[in-house]
Amino acid sequence: MQLALFCAFSILTLISAAGVVFLRSPVNSAMCLVLSFVGLAALFVTLDAFFIGVIQVLVYAGAVMVLFLFIIMLLDLRAEKRRSVKLSSWVGGGIVIGGFVAALTQVLASLPALQATKPPLSNPAVNDVAAVGELLFLKYNLPFQIIGVLLLVATIGVVVLSRKELK
Amino acid sequence: MRNWLRHEQHNPISYASLRIPQSAIRNPQSKLRNLVAVPTLANYLLVSGLLFSLGLAGVLLRRNILVIFMGLELMLNAANLSLVAFSRFNVLDGLPNYNGQVFVFFIITVAAAEVAVGLAIIVALFRAKQTTHVEDLDTLKF
Repeated sequence: MQLALFCAFSILTLISAAGVVFLRSPVNSAMCLVLSFVGLAALFVTLDAFFIGVIQVLVYAGAVMVLFLFIIMLLDLRAEKRRSVKLSSWVGGGIVIGGFVAALTQVLASLPALQATKPPLSNPAVNDVAAVGELLFLKYNLPFQIIGVLLLVATIGVVVLSRKELK
Repeated sequence: MRNWLRHEQHNPISYASLRIPQSAIRNPQSKLRNLVAVPTLANYLLVSGLLFSLGLAGVLLRRNILVIFMGLELMLNAANLSLVAFSRFNVLDGLPNYNGQVFVFFIITVAAAEVAVGLAIIVALFRAKQTTHVEDLDTLKF
C-alpha cells in the first residue's frame, strides 16, 4: 500500500516535471509545474512531514504559481517557435544528465545503508508543526530573523525593480 | 489519519497474514523485509535525483527565460525532497530529525523571495527588450 502510493505520486511528479521541460507553451509548462508540486507535497506526506507538505501546497502551488501565471498573462507569451536547438546544447545536456543519473543509480545500488526502510516512530501522533516551530524559535532563532530581513529586502527590491523609470 | 497511514506497518496481525517470519521484520537487513512493501531511502533519493535532472534539462535545453526559471524551481524542490527523506529515515529518540525539515522551511522561504525578485527582473527585461528568448539577449556577449 505504502509502496503503491509512493510509486503513484512519484510517477505523477516525474511525468509532470517532464511536461514542464518538453511542452512548448509556457502556460502548459506552468500547469504541469503545479501538478508536479502537488505530487511532491503528497510525497512529503508519505514521509510524515505534514507541515512541509502543507507549506509546499500553500507557498509553491499557491503563491509562486499564481505569480508565474500572472507574469505569463502580463507578458502575453506565445508558444516557443520551433527554433533549432543547437546540437551542442543537446549533446552537452545529454552527457551531463546521463552521467549524473548513471552515477546516482550506481551509488544508490552500492550502499547498503540506503536500502533501509523507514524506522518506526515511537509516538505516531506527534505534532510536527509544534516540533518544527520549537526548533525554529529556539535553536534557529537568528537564521529565522535573518530570513525575515531577507523577505523585506526582496519586497523592497521588487518595488524598486517595477517602477516605471529605472535609473 | 496518522493511525490510518501507519496501520499496516504497526499492526502485527497484518504481518502475520502475509506469512512473513517475525525475525525478518525485526531485522532490517533481511531480504525478506522487502516483501512488506514500503519504499526505501534509495527510492526517495532516486526520485529526487530524477527530478533534479529534469530541472537541469529544462535549464539547459529550453530557450524561454520563464521556463528556465521553472526548471530552477524543480531543482530546488528535488533538493527539498531528499532533505525531507533524510530527516524521516534518521530517527532520533523515535522522532524524525526535524533539523532537516527546518532547513527545508528556510529553502522554501528563500525560493519564494527568489521567485519574486526574479520575475520582477524578467518583467523589467521584457519592458526594455520586448522578448523573453535568451538568444535575443546578447548585449553582454563578448
